[in-house]
Amino acid sequence: MSTVANRPDTGGSWLGAYVVAYLVFLYLPVALIPLFSFNDSIQAAFPLQGFTLGWYGTLTGNSALSGALLSSLMVGLAAAAGATLCGITIAYMEIYGRSPLAWAISAISRLPFLIPGVIVGISLLILVNLSGLGPSRLAIVLGHVLVALPTTVLVMRGRFASIPRSMAEAALDLGASDWLTFRRVMLPLSLPAIGSAFMLAFLTSFDEFIVAFFLAGTEPTLPLYIWSQLRFPKSLPTVMALGTVILTVSIVIAGLAELLRRRGLSQTTSRPLSAGSFT
Amino acid sequence: MPNEVLLRLEAVSKRFPGGVVGLDAMDLEVAPGEFLSLLGPSGCGKTTSLRVTAGFETPTSGRIFLDGRDITALRPFDRPVNTVFQDYALFPHMNVAENVGFGLSLRKVPAAAQRKQVATALDMVGLGEKISARVAELSGGQRQRVALARAIVCKPRILLLDEPLSALDAHLREHMQMELKRLQSSLGMTFVMVTHDQTEALSISNRIVVMNKGRIEQVASPALLYDRPATKFVAGFIGTMNLLEARLVGRDGATLRYMSGDLPLELSADQNEVSADGRAHTIGVRPEDLVATPSAGLATVPAKIESVVFHGRTLRMHAQLISGAPVIIDASRQAAETAFDIGDIVHVRQRPGANSVVLKA
Repeated sequence: MSTVANRPDTGGSWLGAYVVAYLVFLYLPVALIPLFSFNDSIQAAFPLQGFTLGWYGTLTGNSALSGALLSSLMVGLAAAAGATLCGITIAYMEIYGRSPLAWAISAISRLPFLIPGVIVGISLLILVNLSGLGPSRLAIVLGHVLVALPTTVLVMRGRFASIPRSMAEAALDLGASDWLTFRRVMLPLSLPAIGSAFMLAFLTSFDEFIVAFFLAGTEPTLPLYIWSQLRFPKSLPTVMALGTVILTVSIVIAGLAELLRRRGLSQTTSRPLSAGSFT
Repeated sequence: MPNEVLLRLEAVSKRFPGGVVGLDAMDLEVAPGEFLSLLGPSGCGKTTSLRVTAGFETPTSGRIFLDGRDITALRPFDRPVNTVFQDYALFPHMNVAENVGFGLSLRKVPAAAQRKQVATALDMVGLGEKISARVAELSGGQRQRVALARAIVCKPRILLLDEPLSALDAHLREHMQMELKRLQSSLGMTFVMVTHDQTEALSISNRIVVMNKGRIEQVASPALLYDRPATKFVAGFIGTMNLLEARLVGRDGATLRYMSGDLPLELSADQNEVSADGRAHTIGVRPEDLVATPSAGLATVPAKIESVVFHGRTLRMHAQLISGAPVIIDASRQAAETAFDIGDIVHVRQRPGANSVVLKA
């Protein structure tokens, strides 16, 4: 790769072609959804029949849809709050607690990345049934906290690690207890990252299907609603329109989250000095 | 040893995970009101001893006393000690006044008194007009001053400074050295400063602790450290010193006579321990205490000049004695400019009245 990139004469154009092919492969399927959502035909097929906003009109006044949306929002906000709180705590303990236990907890919390969603879904279903809670919104919230936890822990860990250690030491040195050091120095310094973690956790929950599929009771989330509509061919364009809205909102939130994360990082790294080297 | 002791480190050792020794049974006493510097190369343990005193590191063994009270187990926020960090560690989300007032706000000082003390502290470091500036707007030197004000406003029993001037450019550094010294004497506060810069330590401290490999090599005043370094390490670290192997050959009242090969060296007996055991000792001779002449004379040995370096008032010559030992000689420019060239043979002797010392390994 790098040897190709180092030869601008021939390598540059090859690399460019590679990147374009890669992007097409990644995003072409996603781009099809907005395309067909404006297509004046009930079938998702070429050639396109004509431009219409009619499918977006069918999104309003649909009580099942708005119920699913509300459900998704509630689950998303609750799960994001839970996952962000846990993420802050776990990451802070790992970076500043310096105990093997804190390290182990952090490692375990990042594990759900590696467990297949189906397995998580089934095991959570067994668990909520055993505990007597049963499939419900609350069950989905708990499941989504688990699913979003790796993201929030990683974001917060990155943030805490980027704050020079001397910052916390200065607060302790000036008389702040561990709690006040966290609340008056470390927390304000990591606010952008907290916002970023919250948004990413919300997105993770909002877009999540498998765990919600296993744990949903009588109130489906938005992805479950979409799934249920796919059985009816005539509602496919409506689903496309809905998909486009979700896609747009997701991209905006993810963009904001990244913006916040970067702003938080530049705040400390733009300082002319890094953490002191201690002898 | 100071009569009155403010801070005492008693056999303090610090071993880091992985077996790295930070401190090796260090004993140190700090007197109230003094400006003490911890000097040494990186990894010598100077910063570790500061961090152990501040409470950021827990000693592996040993105890630390402040005002006679054992503070070894106390957390940083329970110690009446404040630190100026190498990177200043100013809080970027607070302005200058909030940074300086941080410690006072934690001590529940009333708001009006806080404002007054913050203003006084900032005036003291000459930054009164920057009281509501944001940290990002400050230059390096100004940040340094805010860090100082933030620490002294808490009225610590000891102010710890971790390489406070290392991030400043040379000109500003020299200015801040004088500022620090002035601040310390006007406050009457005890300063303990870590530095790797011997010039800095020599110019502003009352006493200097030279450290190497987690141990103290010598504790002395700057003048004493320069004139009477105790060990080869100190001699090599403070200024420039020729280390010559020599044997004691005789004694003339208050004068010890040594021979380093064919070069006779005289040392004052009352300041150097006499050990006429016939073993070789290392004698430290400052470059300014060696004289080079074009012609041979009494008590001279020939040497070949290998380089001549312009050093302002003096010329510094690197030469090799006939015995093979390399020496550094400082000669005044009037005497030397025309006379010496690379490859010349000169005749070297010890300057009469030189302040040479016997060094321990």
